[in-house]
Amino acid sequence: MPEYPLEGRRFDGLVRLESAEPRGMIALRGTPEELSSALEESVGLAWPATGEAAWTGEVGALWMAPDELLLLVPQGQAQDLVERLGRSLADRHHLVADVSDMRTLLRMSGSGCRDVLAKVTPADVSPAGLSIGRVRRSRVGQVAAAIWLRDGETAEIACFRSVAHYVFDLLADAAHPEARVDYWTPQGADAQA
Amino acid sequence: MSTRLGTGGSAIDRSRPVHFTFDGRRLAGLTGDTVASALLANGERVVGRSFKYHRPRGIVASGPEEPNALLGIGTGDRFEPNARATTTPLREGMALRSQNRWPSLAFDVGVVNAALSRFLPVGFYYKTFMWPRRFWESVYEPLIRQAAGLGRAPDAETRDPDRYEHFHLHVDVLVAGGGIAGLQSALAAGRAGAQVLLMEQSPHWGGRAQVDGVRIEGDPAAEWVARAVAELEAMPNVRLRLNATVVGAYDHGWMLAVEMPEPGPRERLWKIRARRTVMATGALERPLAFAGNDRPGVMLASAVRDNLMRYAVSPGDRTVLVTANDDGYRTAIALVEAGLSVPLVVDARPECNGPLPRRAREMGIRVAPGRAIAGVRWQRRITGVDVCLQAGEGSALEHVPCDAVAMAGGWSPAVHLWSHCGGRLRWDEATAAFRPDPQFPPTGADGQAAILPAGSADGHSRAVEVLASAHRAGVAGAAAAAHEGDAGQVVTAEEGAEAPALAVWRMPQSADHRLRAQTFLDFQNDVKLTDVELAAQEGYRSVEHAKRYTTLGMATDQGKLSNINGLAALSHTTGQAISAVGTTTFRPPYTPLTLATIAGQARGDLFQPVRRTPLHARHEALGAAWEPVGQWRRPYVYPKAGETVEDAVRREVLAVRSEVGILDATTLGKIIVKGPDAAQFLDMIYTGRPSTIAEGRCRYGLICNENGFLIDDGVVARLGPETWLCHTTTGGAERIHAHMEEWLQTEWWDWRVHVLNVTEQFGQIAVAGPLARNLLERLGGMDLSREALPFMHWTEGRLMDVPVRVFRISFSGELSFEIAAPAGRAGEIWDRLAQDATPYGTETMHVLRAEKGYIMIGDETDGTVIPQDLGLNWAIAKKKDDYIGKRGQMRLHMAGERWRLVGLLTPDGAVLPEGSLAVAQGTNANGQRRTQGRVTSAYWSPTLGRGIALGLVDRGPERMGETLSFLQPDGSEYRAEIVSPVFHDPEGERLNA
Repeated sequence: MPEYPLEGRRFDGLVRLESAEPRGMIALRGTPEELSSALEESVGLAWPATGEAAWTGEVGALWMAPDELLLLVPQGQAQDLVERLGRSLADRHHLVADVSDMRTLLRMSGSGCRDVLAKVTPADVSPAGLSIGRVRRSRVGQVAAAIWLRDGETAEIACFRSVAHYVFDLLADAAHPEARVDYWTPQGADAQA
Repeated sequence: MSTRLGTGGSAIDRSRPVHFTFDGRRLAGLTGDTVASALLANGERVVGRSFKYHRPRGIVASGPEEPNALLGIGTGDRFEPNARATTTPLREGMALRSQNRWPSLAFDVGVVNAALSRFLPVGFYYKTFMWPRRFWESVYEPLIRQAAGLGRAPDAETRDPDRYEHFHLHVDVLVAGGGIAGLQSALAAGRAGAQVLLMEQSPHWGGRAQVDGVRIEGDPAAEWVARAVAELEAMPNVRLRLNATVVGAYDHGWMLAVEMPEPGPRERLWKIRARRTVMATGALERPLAFAGNDRPGVMLASAVRDNLMRYAVSPGDRTVLVTANDDGYRTAIALVEAGLSVPLVVDARPECNGPLPRRAREMGIRVAPGRAIAGVRWQRRITGVDVCLQAGEGSALEHVPCDAVAMAGGWSPAVHLWSHCGGRLRWDEATAAFRPDPQFPPTGADGQAAILPAGSADGHSRAVEVLASAHRAGVAGAAAAAHEGDAGQVVTAEEGAEAPALAVWRMPQSADHRLRAQTFLDFQNDVKLTDVELAAQEGYRSVEHAKRYTTLGMATDQGKLSNINGLAALSHTTGQAISAVGTTTFRPPYTPLTLATIAGQARGDLFQPVRRTPLHARHEALGAAWEPVGQWRRPYVYPKAGETVEDAVRREVLAVRSEVGILDATTLGKIIVKGPDAAQFLDMIYTGRPSTIAEGRCRYGLICNENGFLIDDGVVARLGPETWLCHTTTGGAERIHAHMEEWLQTEWWDWRVHVLNVTEQFGQIAVAGPLARNLLERLGGMDLSREALPFMHWTEGRLMDVPVRVFRISFSGELSFEIAAPAGRAGEIWDRLAQDATPYGTETMHVLRAEKGYIMIGDETDGTVIPQDLGLNWAIAKKKDDYIGKRGQMRLHMAGERWRLVGLLTPDGAVLPEGSLAVAQGTNANGQRRTQGRVTSAYWSPTLGRGIALGLVDRGPERMGETLSFLQPDGSEYRAEIVSPVFHDPEGERLNA
């Protein structure tokens, strides 16, 4: 059975940190002009706006670059979707690949999410800068990562598999129970959400 | 004696004593004290020795401008040198140590420097000790380093146990400074609707206004401050932080602040993207330049007032005030109101009849107009001052006994943030101060002024002007972020009127040399009035030169107190106006940052990310010795119990040569290239022709940069009609991916090609050795026979029901396969293989490839090597019109007499030291021995039972059989014969098995 780097790791501090449940991940490169109708057909999602994610249930299309999306699907469904997309895009210039094992997904939950994120990423994680539905590709500590919120108190972080432990340890250190900032929480979350 | 008064003190809690030690003595302060106020409350006036002359020095200021009271705080792992006593809160159990004294603070042998001070003039570093020259390093410099300096660095073996962290923020308006100006700016910007962060360096809101008796909206300032803070706290778009200093302004409105949270991490570094920053940083009081002004017990008038009002600490029983403005009288009045004696106010102005001097006189304080200080009498403490005419040369008219002196030399706006990123200053004669020049502001990302000065930082001294300018700045800051809500009304303020101040740059005006030589401008660096004069006489007339020659304004206080007085002295000596002299540039940070704060979380295990392959835990369990390769950790070798590293490498190499070994090759870069123009693209990226690789086949390829130098190599596999998979070196994955994207995005943007770095999607395992096929066949699921999968082919299928690609390639010279499985499933295959194969590490891999003469990027290449140097002409498509590097390789010096790859064998089988240079006859233009080659890789070869080496040698392949001499740094010599670089199986029979 597949192994996941952060299996069984959990940390409770200013936020709860844990490995998110595994999902299938697909890299899709191509322009929206060429690919958006096939995307809509295959997964029922419109091409997301710049810096945004489109969701339908557990299936998400995350904007990575002007010609790149990351598709999230339930575990085990990636290969099948890659094949379907490959078929329907056969005559279009595109690149689609199953990258389910390439990245690790972490979940951070609790009212301290924005405060903890602000310690490790230079991205704007204010309610205006990182609203629900937005995807930020930035850095976490010294490595690349993508960050998005599922709701006001749940963030998901995607990083490369090889640095999953680094990212977990860095976030756990940032979420040290005695390192409250109280910038975006609790007052901030209530007042600005 | 300074002491604690029986009543008063707005910042202290008398019910909660705090115990601490100073140079080992047990003392007690109160909750709310700073270290400085606690020391003063205990009568500790001498807190350190000066940098150069080891003169006793006391606390001068009450804020971050303090030049003298730098202490070592804490012990062991928590020791911190050079902590400013005036800004460090007192904590229970604190251990404080004075600095730059030996053996003790009271008796310091270094004070002999004072007698020798005429031998330590400005620039003494540069002239006194120049002769004899060789004495500089061995005698003079160590002596000076011992005698001069600040605190000692913490012991190298200590480990700071505290946490540090960073915090990133994007905000509309950052307000630096929480005095009445900062509060008013924050109110205006906050009410208008902007996102506002207000930071104050001290633990208190309101700044000086409360101490100075200002009334706002008819109430004492403290009441207005409380109301303002309450209103700001209720605003959802405003955040307030105390104990947080904005320390730096950088390009595009990027600001740096440091917070000392309580509780929390020891320090937190804030990195703030502010659309606008309101600079409400207040002003710093200047000392007056008179003889003996550095004596412990001479303090800034404002610091005397602060200590009195906030901490109920008196500087002494009898304090003489020396001033050139009305503001200083506030200190005299406050002292008398507290029941202390002020025997005399020495006012340099001929007339002093403003409301404050009048009030002082009414209280019975004697005021001496037109007078100056001719000297401070000192015998382990101040015993009195000599008073003279300000207009004269310093003949004493009277002696006034006292035990403290308060000096009020006027206020300098704290314009540092304005200057940090290019904002210019203008000299304002009316206020005798450098003020921000609105014509030349530091600019933000939008090209507009990023910093908006407010209050006394903008040169305003009257509360009503301070508040009005702060309101304007707040409104402007919010407007820049398109928040234009109702900012409310400008508040009114009242305070006593003040008569004009006099700019007094020296006391007395025509002070003779003897007095000037005792007049200190820079307390921290021991720069005297005569030093600046000497520098000017010696030709250092430019302010930047004079600063460096005299060290005026250097070190931790960065001239906060000394800057203006020093400029005035330079101006006086050179006969230029101060505006013409100009000022040195303030650099960030405003107050020193600790290295730990800058590092933040990046220390210990988090210092750098460590990249782990999916098989990492398995290597760990096998006891691998690790090799860092970029940020990856790769197993170097797997020593078994009792084995040395050499033993283990030998065992692993022989296992691969005779049986089968497995290597974690996950870190090799894997980049998919796909598109209608991918073939054309790859033919440009590689020196060969990947376009001609048939589907299902692989080929070795080389990548050069535009200069023709080899930058990466690897196997390219054709996956489909318009899809290739490019393998790179471990360190090359991100670099080559970026290289490809750069060419696609900047030069060939119209080529229809996508690239995707999928390195981490796969766990990759090399299975190498004569038994490799046999072992893989036992796993089941795929036909890997010689016929089904010949050398340099690949296939895909399922091994042990895991979907894999299998590449029939070799980096060892043995029958070899590389298996790529989804990263999460590579472990299943590894576990099965490890039952019958020997895991081997990178060192074994290196030995194996060197035995075959395979090059390694980074060993045989160093950025100056072209493929032709390495005998790789076969991998270059010579008939191709173009590829990246082709033109570079056509340059004249790329052909002919170049160092080329050869093998090197010592006659006795010894291993040549890696990096050794082969010497040639004669010397070069620098008198160095000529060289004709170098060793790029050298190993003990277990297969051959002797040392082998690869090297680059001048025209090497043409010189087979010649013997070269490799000289060692210790003078010894190795000799080696030039041979073919392929030591093992030159016919490749094993490879093709």
